[in-house]
Amino acid sequence: MSNTRTQAGLRTALGRVRGLGSAKSGTGHWWGLRVTSLALVPLTLWFVVSVITHLGADHAAMVAWLSSPVTAGLMVLTIGVTMHHMVNGLQEVIEDYIHTEWTKIATLLAVKFAGYFLAAVSIIAVLKIAFGR
Amino acid sequence: MANGSNRPLSPHLQIYRLPLTALTSITHRITGVALSVGTVLLVWWLVAAASGPEYFAYVQDLLGSPLGLLALLGWTFALFYHLANGIRHLVWDAGYAFEVQKAELGGWVVIGAAAGLTIVSWVIGFSVR
Repeated sequence: MSNTRTQAGLRTALGRVRGLGSAKSGTGHWWGLRVTSLALVPLTLWFVVSVITHLGADHAAMVAWLSSPVTAGLMVLTIGVTMHHMVNGLQEVIEDYIHTEWTKIATLLAVKFAGYFLAAVSIIAVLKIAFGR
Repeated sequence: MANGSNRPLSPHLQIYRLPLTALTSITHRITGVALSVGTVLLVWWLVAAASGPEYFAYVQDLLGSPLGLLALLGWTFALFYHLANGIRHLVWDAGYAFEVQKAELGGWVVIGAAAGLTIVSWVIGFSVR
């Protein structure tokens, strides 16, 4: 049944429905980068404006700013979405330029572990400030 | 070019002048990788804020030093470039502006926006601080 070919080409009907392609993961990775990039447009603009308005601020001002739930929430989102976008983007670069299988997998794992470590550390830093008052 | 088989060669990057669309494309990647390194700076800054006033002041001083400011200037430009060119990619993903002239124009708009936003935010930054 799964061998039934359509007139459109050599792909089977089941293959077309699953839409997974040669990478076996379909459009998930591609779509994920688009969704995160769209979310990062307002988050990045908020972040840049916030940094500019807090230039030269001392520690007390920084803590006061980050202890607002809205600020902390936006900061956690900015970090989380940025790191997700970063790991996915770096994966694309690595897969394009590194062709030795074990080097590619090792680099991918290192980038993913480092990216999510950075995300965890900075989110906890934000939460520590937010809950510390 | 003689490659012994008369098959086409891909552009020889040292002598081939990249068209604007190719240049803006590879710059998107380069700024993306540079921004990835730059996130370490952001994480460090947040961790410093969480560790207390003394360490935060130390990191703020380092970021305010000439070398720190230079790094932040590059960071700002890379961020705005990647942001602007990312929007250009989203426009393409939506199916618009594929014509050569529009793609070229988009490239110039992105370069102008990145440079302009970098200058504007640093001018504002220096005047409010």
